[in-house]
Amino acid sequence: MVSDVSFRCEPGTVTGFLGPNGAGKTTTMRMLVGLSTPDAGTSAVLDRDYHAIPNPGRHVGVLLDASAQHPGRSGREALVISARMMGVPDARVDEVLTLVGLDKSAAKKRVRQYSLGMRQRLGLANALLGDPQVLILDEPANGLDPEGIRWMRGLLRDFADRGGTVFLSSHLLSEVDAVADRMLIIGQGKIVADGTRDELLAGTGVLVKATDPRELENALHSAGLTAQRIDDGAYVVDADAEAVGRAALNGGVVLTHLAPSEGAGLEQLFFQLTETPA
Amino acid sequence: MNPAISFPKLTLVELRKMVDTRAGFWLQLIVAILTLAIVILVCIFGETSDFVFRDMFALAILPASILLPVIGILLVSSEWSQRTALITFTLVPKRMRVMSAKVAAGIVLGVAVLVIALVVAVVAVAAVGGAWTMGAAVFGQICLLVVTGMLQGVAFGAAFMNSATAIVLYFVLPFVFTALAAIPAVEDIGKWVNLIETTGPLTEPGMTGTEWAQLGVSLLVWLALPLAVGLYRIVKGEIRAA
Repeated sequence: MVSDVSFRCEPGTVTGFLGPNGAGKTTTMRMLVGLSTPDAGTSAVLDRDYHAIPNPGRHVGVLLDASAQHPGRSGREALVISARMMGVPDARVDEVLTLVGLDKSAAKKRVRQYSLGMRQRLGLANALLGDPQVLILDEPANGLDPEGIRWMRGLLRDFADRGGTVFLSSHLLSEVDAVADRMLIIGQGKIVADGTRDELLAGTGVLVKATDPRELENALHSAGLTAQRIDDGAYVVDADAEAVGRAALNGGVVLTHLAPSEGAGLEQLFFQLTETPA
Repeated sequence: MNPAISFPKLTLVELRKMVDTRAGFWLQLIVAILTLAIVILVCIFGETSDFVFRDMFALAILPASILLPVIGILLVSSEWSQRTALITFTLVPKRMRVMSAKVAAGIVLGVAVLVIALVVAVVAVAAVGGAWTMGAAVFGQICLLVVTGMLQGVAFGAAFMNSATAIVLYFVLPFVFTALAAIPAVEDIGKWVNLIETTGPLTEPGMTGTEWAQLGVSLLVWLALPLAVGLYRIVKGEIRAA
């Protein structure tokens, strides 16, 4: 169930669509490309209804599910089918295969024998085939190894820097955080946050660590600051660095770390926003 | 904006999908081998009365008319069973266009197989020095049998959107009707809806008006109805591939 999801992705940017599994990311993307029809509301890609784009493959690269390929076809054959459907020459198939790092022997193998990482690369190749201006990718990093994830970030960054629009989803904050210019957080079918990394981080407080976490907690408590403990004895405090520093001074606590919360704050925000009520 | 590819090109893509998987390739190879085997065996061991062009053609098309509808089924159902529908319908969002191309591809394959069977029959009759009796009516009827068979496959694939279900029902349902025909009340209905009975006269000359009517009714039930239901669900519904 998705309701009240409104957003716009600008050319030259990567928009990360973030939310836990089942929050409505895939449903939103399916509606964007016309596989599902919303009960109310509209969507447009390149300023028009997806159904009204005569040859969408040449303008919008879509990867909804990397496993959705015929296991009996070779990777190359799967791309040849797509290439013919959008009217691009077969030579382009070999270009994108090289681009995503599937060599000749891998391309000849049947998709049945592909690892999830290889399927993901094939799916990305399929999305890039028509040299599109827009990429819509559902969980593209799923199944990629760390090296593969880094490679994909570079590819998407480069695509956006050349003026393309990227809209990608993930349930993992770190994947999106590293590449997205803007984040769109969805929880239970509703957009709960929308903004650049810095905008989202503003007001998420500071991350503080001390030699003795227990004393730190007491000091913060005495100063009337709300602190939330995260792993390895660190606290995210909803206050500025000065207030936390004073609280530590008054409590006689030795701080080992005091800085804007950055990733930790973002992660906390993410969990807060998308929490399912018990 | 870039224009969409033409309908004939889309049909060619659908034809390619019929042969580029293992299932499709082997099925067609088996049909080819069976066709040659049956014709050669009849040429060697048959009676002179068998060496008639019309019968030879009916014989040469027999394996294809039984097995090729499976290709028609898979052409549609595998988009769901193998989940490629997600890609197909994002590349061509006009769903009816894709489905029309599949129907067209089914007809093209049917015609291609008829041409091959005709060539095989010509060679066989020439080799054994048989009689060149055909008759335009029977020729047309056999063509109709093959093409409607292909389309019935496409229709079943569309109606069930699942390869296993569609294939099993395609082969089992006619026998269910044959079995039910033992009940006197059903027997009369069977004459109008049992495809095994209604398509029987197609390979013989002199079909009566009643036989044509019975064929029409049974095709309505087994071809037009599943095709209509399938197209409606595919065009109006969500493209789900689980």
